[in-house]
Amino acid sequence: MNKKLFYLLSALMIVSIALASCSPAATEAPPAATEAPATEAPATEAPAAADEVEVFSWWTGGGEAAGLEAMITVFNGTDPNIEFLNAAVAGGAGTNARAVLATRLQAGDPPDSWQGHAGQELIGTYVAAGQIEPLNDLYESEGWLDVMPETLIPLISQDGNIYSVPVNIHRANVLWYNPGLLEANGVAVPTTMDEWFAAMDTLQAAGVQPLALGEQWTKMHLFETVLLGTLGPDAYNGLWDGSTDWGSPEVKTALENYAKVLSYANSDSASLTWQDASQLVVNGEAAFNVMGDWAAGYFIELGKTANTDYGWAATPGANGVFQFLSDSFVLAVGAPHHDAALEWLKVAGSKEGQEAFNPVKGSICARTDCDKSLFGEYLQSAMDDWSSNTVVGSLTHGVVANDSWKTEIDTALGLFLASGDVDAFQSALVAACASSGPCK
Amino acid sequence: MTKDKDRVLNIILVTPSILAVLIFVYGFIAWSVRVSLSKWKGLNPDYTWNSINNYIDLFKDPRFAVDVKNTLIFTGVFVIGSLLLGFLLAVMLDQGLRGEGFFRSLFLFPMAISYIVTGVVWRWLMNPAMGSRMSGFNLLFTNLGLDSLVNAWHTTPQWGMAAIALAAIWQMSGYTMALYLAGLRAIPQELKEAARIDGASEAQIYRHIMIPMLAPVTLSALIILGHMSLKVFDLIVAIAGKQLQLDVPAIYMWQATFDGLFYGRGAAIGIILLLSVAILIIPYIRYTLRTETQQ
Repeated sequence: MNKKLFYLLSALMIVSIALASCSPAATEAPPAATEAPATEAPATEAPAAADEVEVFSWWTGGGEAAGLEAMITVFNGTDPNIEFLNAAVAGGAGTNARAVLATRLQAGDPPDSWQGHAGQELIGTYVAAGQIEPLNDLYESEGWLDVMPETLIPLISQDGNIYSVPVNIHRANVLWYNPGLLEANGVAVPTTMDEWFAAMDTLQAAGVQPLALGEQWTKMHLFETVLLGTLGPDAYNGLWDGSTDWGSPEVKTALENYAKVLSYANSDSASLTWQDASQLVVNGEAAFNVMGDWAAGYFIELGKTANTDYGWAATPGANGVFQFLSDSFVLAVGAPHHDAALEWLKVAGSKEGQEAFNPVKGSICARTDCDKSLFGEYLQSAMDDWSSNTVVGSLTHGVVANDSWKTEIDTALGLFLASGDVDAFQSALVAACASSGPCK
Repeated sequence: MTKDKDRVLNIILVTPSILAVLIFVYGFIAWSVRVSLSKWKGLNPDYTWNSINNYIDLFKDPRFAVDVKNTLIFTGVFVIGSLLLGFLLAVMLDQGLRGEGFFRSLFLFPMAISYIVTGVVWRWLMNPAMGSRMSGFNLLFTNLGLDSLVNAWHTTPQWGMAAIALAAIWQMSGYTMALYLAGLRAIPQELKEAARIDGASEAQIYRHIMIPMLAPVTLSALIILGHMSLKVFDLIVAIAGKQLQLDVPAIYMWQATFDGLFYGRGAAIGIILLLSVAILIIPYIRYTLRTETQQ
């Protein structure tokens, strides 16, 4: 009797597990092309949940998550009938989320919209795979072409199609410095690579740590600013569309400059996060640090004051050039809730949405018409530069190179950090461009 | 009658797990082999036949050479260190000291901690900063006047992996100790007593009786530690993040596949890892199965 009951229960459990594992597949069945609301099986829900939009991101903590929440509040105000599903995945600065997203896309189960770094990180990966839709009509109808910088548009487009809606802008090429240390040693803020080397020589001779540097990705970040500072914006842009030769003597000069810059850095860089490295500058333990402008938010968090504890300038050789990165949202091909996703993108690109998001996140609007009084001291200066400077894209943060290419450059850079061999580095970069970039 | 019924039921109850293992283990191994022989790069699956070119490219890849070198250093230091330390601890505990149970748990305890936690703690301990920001072991050494021991730990060029292995030794030597302790206890006292009567010294007893009799334990420990060190991933990422200087095949596999979308290459690294672990494990499994059936 007892035994029978046990078998019966086991059998029941097996059947129910089997059923449970089948059910998601069954609801997935309606093809993506059909109208979204009609296919939602139980139409008995309250009208408030008549439609929904699933937005995927890796914004799960700090200012990013708070900014997203603020933007969702705006969205709920403008589209009260659409339920917002926040499908954020935590961990690894987006690495985990991107792995999850890749799996979902391969399974034919895309979220309606997802976050990604504007530029080739999205285009090279998702456009190449036919998974995101062009948004030119949306840009036209919302008038975004008039409020976003002209030099930005080509960097987020492919073959004339615009593929994402940038909600924020960060600047990559910022040279942070300690004003007290520079003054004490009679060093002016450098504007060219040579001035920078001279300044760091003076500081080193005075026993001051010239440059604070962190783990490998911050070295790639430094690398892109040295490339930009040595080559200038036109030749730098040419690296990414194939018109500048990676094997050229100019690039070699840039690589040698990079090797020289590294020689001024702290010896324990490999064990420091970007926060650790930036903190050395505001604590007076190092004079310079090259880091994106999210460092400003971190300095404020530390209770430091702009222009006394830390100062900033464009990285040497790149005055009047804004090397940007941006978080943006896309529209999935076959989005289950296509129209609702468009509504979400309208909010993401709107003045209200961006003004809600950016002051909290500590970044500036992609639009040039945001209210300046909402922002802090550093960000106001960044807003001025954003609307007036030449805009180029960041390598480390996904604007100029697709993921495969960037990974190959990262490997070449890592091998160079171990060997210090400039020629091998350059030939590895040439090979990377040929195998995964536009070079032939 | 009832016996037949039982057998049918047994088969029915075992079938789901056999099916699951067939699909989710062997099926996916087969699929990975197929991917590793393809040109798949980018998000969309691409099974274009690429023969063994992914493997050939890997053996020419300077990064993979770094990975192999790092794995060898890690395996060497970790396995030898854990075996020696584990054996030493086991011999000490075997002397019948007071509070043996307490020390046994104490030494075993690190094994209960996840590699991530170990990694974070050792990241602090092995802080390579010099001068005013010195901390962890380096600060301890300086305060003890042992300045010559101050070093760059895992950021040391070429040999950084050995420092990572130290953390792994800390974590796994207690486990090796437990294996050896069980082995020591299984050696009959009569053997030792007979040797003593024959006039053997304690050192000779260990050299000629205990250590040879522990050979099967050493083999088990070697294989368990060896295959763990081939797969090491989380400990390194927790201590050092993803830096090429401390790269191992598992990290390269992750970055190639999920950061760079080189699915073919990632699968090839995975298969190489599987084969290298299999070379260690399969003879061992055959050996234990055979001895078990003999018993």
